[in-house]
Amino acid sequence: MTDFAVIADSLCYSYGHNVALEGLDFTVSHGCMFGLLGPNGSGKTTLFRLLSTLVPIQAGKLTVCGFDVASNQAHVRRHLGVTFQSPAVDVRLTVRENLKCHGNVYGISGAALNGRVGELLEQFHLSDRASTLVGQLSGGLKRRVELAKGLMHRPRILLLDEPTSGLDPRARQEFWDLLQTQVRSHGTTVIVATHLMPEAELCDQLLLLDRGHRIATGSPFELQSKLAGERLTLRLRDADATQSIVDELLQCKTVRDANRLTVRVNQPAEQIAKLISRLGDQMIGLELTRPSLEDVFLELTGRCLDSEGNDHE
Amino acid sequence: MNSSAVWALTKRELIRFLRQRTRVIGAVGQPLIFWILFGAGLRTSFKSPSWASQLSHEVTYQEYFLPGVATLIVLFTAIFSTISIIEDRREGFLQGILVAPVSRLSIVLSKVTAGTILAILQAGLFLIIGPLLATIGVGASVDVSWTATSIVMAAIFLMLIAAELTALGFIIAWPMNSTQGFHAIMSIFLMPMWLVSGAFFPGGDSGWLFWLIRANPLTYGVAGLRRLLYAEPLPVTPELPSMTMCLLVTILATAVLTFASARMVSRSSVHNAA
Repeated sequence: MTDFAVIADSLCYSYGHNVALEGLDFTVSHGCMFGLLGPNGSGKTTLFRLLSTLVPIQAGKLTVCGFDVASNQAHVRRHLGVTFQSPAVDVRLTVRENLKCHGNVYGISGAALNGRVGELLEQFHLSDRASTLVGQLSGGLKRRVELAKGLMHRPRILLLDEPTSGLDPRARQEFWDLLQTQVRSHGTTVIVATHLMPEAELCDQLLLLDRGHRIATGSPFELQSKLAGERLTLRLRDADATQSIVDELLQCKTVRDANRLTVRVNQPAEQIAKLISRLGDQMIGLELTRPSLEDVFLELTGRCLDSEGNDHE
Repeated sequence: MNSSAVWALTKRELIRFLRQRTRVIGAVGQPLIFWILFGAGLRTSFKSPSWASQLSHEVTYQEYFLPGVATLIVLFTAIFSTISIIEDRREGFLQGILVAPVSRLSIVLSKVTAGTILAILQAGLFLIIGPLLATIGVGASVDVSWTATSIVMAAIFLMLIAAELTALGFIIAWPMNSTQGFHAIMSIFLMPMWLVSGAFFPGGDSGWLFWLIRANPLTYGVAGLRRLLYAEPLPVTPELPSMTMCLLVTILATAVLTFASARMVSRSSVHNAA
């Protein structure tokens, strides 16, 4: 047993001439909620595929639960629970049939299987849906079945790829509540690939990826603390006319989004006073916040990480 | 290999099959209609083949076509069973299995087992009820003499043909991303393969067609099944290979195709992640 659940050492992967990951190093501690954060094309999905043993290791070394993924796939697979972005539940089977089939595939059978299925149905509030075809469930419930399935064999590591994409905020919250109760009580290591900031902020550790490279690691707080100053957002009546005035006053370039201007400031009190006296009632609102993970990403890459996961240049 | 995983995945296939009634109609209905229509239409133009000379009765086209139709049912069942791989891949179910600690051979075996069970049931049903249709006047009378031994042998033979064709279907379906592609292969390869297996017409004893039929492994499946329909042993002719030959070729083809499927699945590739 090693100190880390996952160790990646100069991991590289390319699809033909397209380099998806280049010399990636990182470690994940046992029992950690670890987030992979990055826009589409950052290499996040490729890393997920490597971790889940779907694609072969091309170069570098990846160790999961002390086993080398390249040479010991069978052992690695036994310790992994995987939830893909596209659902891997069979829509033509009932919830119970899906769980049982999955349990059998992982070598659980007989009374142990029935017990475990009953336990999961209860923990995931699915008992009354046990005999419903999965195809008839709502998106949020399907995700719950998926998560229950992933945890069926009590994996040491749970891999989640965009687990709440397509869910409404309430279902997303429910999913995370269930996930956290489940994994915290068993000390399961969770690796979640996401582009959603609220999800990323729930992680203990984050790995920020951009174009196949690691751009930062640390807890959300550490990453946010790396950025000096605070984020100032101004809402203006006529942003067209005022942007240049604001830029001049603060002596830096603001980022404009409709009638909002955003900028990082170091001495907020002083600068806000200046803005108020100069702009007067041109200003509808003013907000001062701690830098978000989005700001961190923007600062490190010069690009946004928007809610759709696309990168804009 | 992991037998509980193979059984779980096989059971899943069977449950899915039972929940899609149209598949039963597709796999049995069309061959049955073919049998009745071709049997009636080709009745007068069909010439009893040379191997039938020693039989006490004249072989009608419908009787000739019987093992061919049973093989067609097996072929359709194998196709439907393996097309599901493409659906499993698209729906994401397959990915979940690929990252599970099951050997790739288990994945192949579960598809082959399910396809085989379904094929035996459907083709067996046809072989039993087909000849009975004559009593209600829809078909010519078919002089088939089933005995306990020949039924068991026929079941074993159907099992071999089913495993052979499901493994073949697996090899075709695995690399595909769309079911349309599979349909194309079915029209230009699988159906012609069945046509030149002695299932639909006898090949004579010379010429390119004769050689094509001889080279086709499926010919030996159809011929083996044909032999089992008769209580008296049929002579070995160029059109009708011996029972030993039929068994050997069918077993060999099944083994080679299953092995090839397992080899193909164990190659891990980007295709699996798509």
